[in-house]
Amino acid sequence: MPNDNEIIDNIANKEYEFGFVTDIEMDILPAGLNENTIRYISEKKKEPEWLLNWRLKGFQSFQKQKLPEWQNFQLPPIDFQKISYYAAPRNKKKYNSLDEVDPELLATFEKLGIPLSEQKALTGVAVDAVFDSISIATTYKDKLKELGIIFCSFGEAVQEHPELVQKYVGSVVPHSDNIFAALNAAVFSDGSFVYIPKGVRCPMELSTYFRINTENTGQFERTLIIADEGSYVSYLEGCTAPMRDENQLHAAVVELIALENAEIKYSTVQNWYPGDKDGKGGIYNFVTKRGICKGANAKISWTQVETGSAITWKYPSVILQGDNSTGEFYSVAVTRNRQIADTGTKMHHIGRNTRSRIISKGISAGHGNNSYRGLVQIGPKADQARNFTQCDSLLIGDQCGAHTFPYIESKNNTATVEHEATTSKIGEDQIFYLNQRGIDSEKAVALIINGYAKEVLNQLPMEFAVEAQKLLSITLEGSVG
Amino acid sequence: MLTIKNLHAEVEEKQILKGINLSVNAGEVHAIMGPNGSGKSSLASVLAGRENYHVTQGEILFSGMNLLDMSPEVRAREGLFLAFQYPIEIPGVSNINFLKTALAEIRVHKGLPPLDAKEFLRMSREKQKLVEFDAQLVNRSLNEGFSGGEKKRNEIFQLAMLEPKLSILDETDSGLDIDALRIVSKGVNKLRSENNAFIIITHYQRLLEYIVPDFVHVLYDGRIVKSGTKELALELEEKGYDWLKEEAREKATTI
Repeated sequence: MPNDNEIIDNIANKEYEFGFVTDIEMDILPAGLNENTIRYISEKKKEPEWLLNWRLKGFQSFQKQKLPEWQNFQLPPIDFQKISYYAAPRNKKKYNSLDEVDPELLATFEKLGIPLSEQKALTGVAVDAVFDSISIATTYKDKLKELGIIFCSFGEAVQEHPELVQKYVGSVVPHSDNIFAALNAAVFSDGSFVYIPKGVRCPMELSTYFRINTENTGQFERTLIIADEGSYVSYLEGCTAPMRDENQLHAAVVELIALENAEIKYSTVQNWYPGDKDGKGGIYNFVTKRGICKGANAKISWTQVETGSAITWKYPSVILQGDNSTGEFYSVAVTRNRQIADTGTKMHHIGRNTRSRIISKGISAGHGNNSYRGLVQIGPKADQARNFTQCDSLLIGDQCGAHTFPYIESKNNTATVEHEATTSKIGEDQIFYLNQRGIDSEKAVALIINGYAKEVLNQLPMEFAVEAQKLLSITLEGSVG
Repeated sequence: MLTIKNLHAEVEEKQILKGINLSVNAGEVHAIMGPNGSGKSSLASVLAGRENYHVTQGEILFSGMNLLDMSPEVRAREGLFLAFQYPIEIPGVSNINFLKTALAEIRVHKGLPPLDAKEFLRMSREKQKLVEFDAQLVNRSLNEGFSGGEKKRNEIFQLAMLEPKLSILDETDSGLDIDALRIVSKGVNKLRSENNAFIIITHYQRLLEYIVPDFVHVLYDGRIVKSGTKELALELEEKGYDWLKEEAREKATTI
């Protein structure tokens, strides 16, 4: 049986599958951040003046804010002047059909397992692919249009549905929310936009696939999803990046708005490049995700499977404003080698009889550090509000860490708040039991991990649940001898 | 099928097996009895390849191969099965998926194609019936929240599914009520054939009323001090272990 050092070596030897670079002509803005950068981006995207002004306000709040210090890890210095804030494949015209897209780009997404031609696409999944700063292709657009569903790049939405964008952008995550959200407001390049009209149940999964390709660029996409009264949508995002020695910043913003009786299900399978075994390189995944249940009986559900990134730092949250509205957060976060995750959620109970459910499963291996941080806030008017939190940590090896920071603030004495937490190690007994039935240790760990994370994986749409299961197994290959 | 020669083993630098000799042929059922701490379960652990048990002397041949050279999973794939005294719970992993994985590994090892879903299901139903295992338990998480008796019965169900050559039942009777004991025994009796063998480790003669052994061995202080047929078990039931301990001590002093 290998000892811990061999085990760590084993993990380090596993290659990151998506670490290749696509060689393609790019328009890249030189590194640096000032007002002109923002004006350049806005002009490049032919934006209306109100949006430029909003960006500039975002830039002002960015300049006023300092980097946070409350997180449970040492934040490496980030030189915002050394990042390029805009990179797009050099092909000026707008794509009317996939035939016009650079074959090199299509090949890239094929290689990532994201076929963009509709015939080949996963049945029942519409995909928007974002390459560095630009949305490349959105599939199944016409079919969705028949139902009145808008699914397009953010840039396109600004041109074609400015009234919706202006009404909702920044309404859940204001441009001043935090330093990274402010930066995003200033320099966001593209992202996805979804609008589901009243009473429409979106018949397919909507999905965005993010890919960082160019060196020294940051990715700052913005996603805005609006579910009008009585509608339903399930949305999934996936992401990868090439292997590089430098760290790259990913500071996205996601805003969800669920009106009366509407439901939004948002799933993330995050597999950004995590850096090498010594912690060199990798993505800083500093994302602000927040949803609001604006109307009564609305529901927002976040599911995340986080296996990549050097540092994952985010708290997908729900503002439960409408009476009887529901917020859910299901998370599996894996850290290994030198990876860090400080993630969790915030549930703000404002309306009466609002409910929230938090299931967080942390897995730490190698020298990985995993923190759950969660806030459950019950406002004075949130009569009969209920929260249930379950927060489990699983340790593999003895060099990793798991931490839990639950915060509860209740201003209403009719509320019920429950919190359960466990920490366990994968037992030698469990592995031996499976060995004795003919299953080797590697497969045994994969079985145990997938069993542990099952409650969360079950929340994912079918096609992605299988992918996520595989991803978890691959990520933890070689973690136990 | 199994030949143990002069087996010495220690755990945490403490000698627990002090020269075991045992030969098991296909078609035989051997019972190993003995007082607490005599080394019965340690023998089972050494055979299955549990990590902290170190063999210091002797050898074990299994189907002509050196068992001690094999990893625990290879021993299992070669057809050695241990029914655990304390079966382990694995939350979230369904019993049936676990068995499908295990069976697939064993079949790959034997160069057989995996069973398709339909064949597997049919086999599972058939074996459930054979060992009277509750269909509901098949789809639950592996041993999670099972009662003691249910866990033991699950071990026998797994045994039926994996069709090993040599099965070691480590105190499968402990914690079973009389009905469960009867069901478990009935299952084992149905699975007995001329091609497989069983080693049954037990404290009490009670189990041996249901599963009649061909040979009975008494383990004491890391050695087999007496071997006989099923009548030996009855004698032990009547007289206890003290007379054997006495005999063993006398033997030790005369040597």
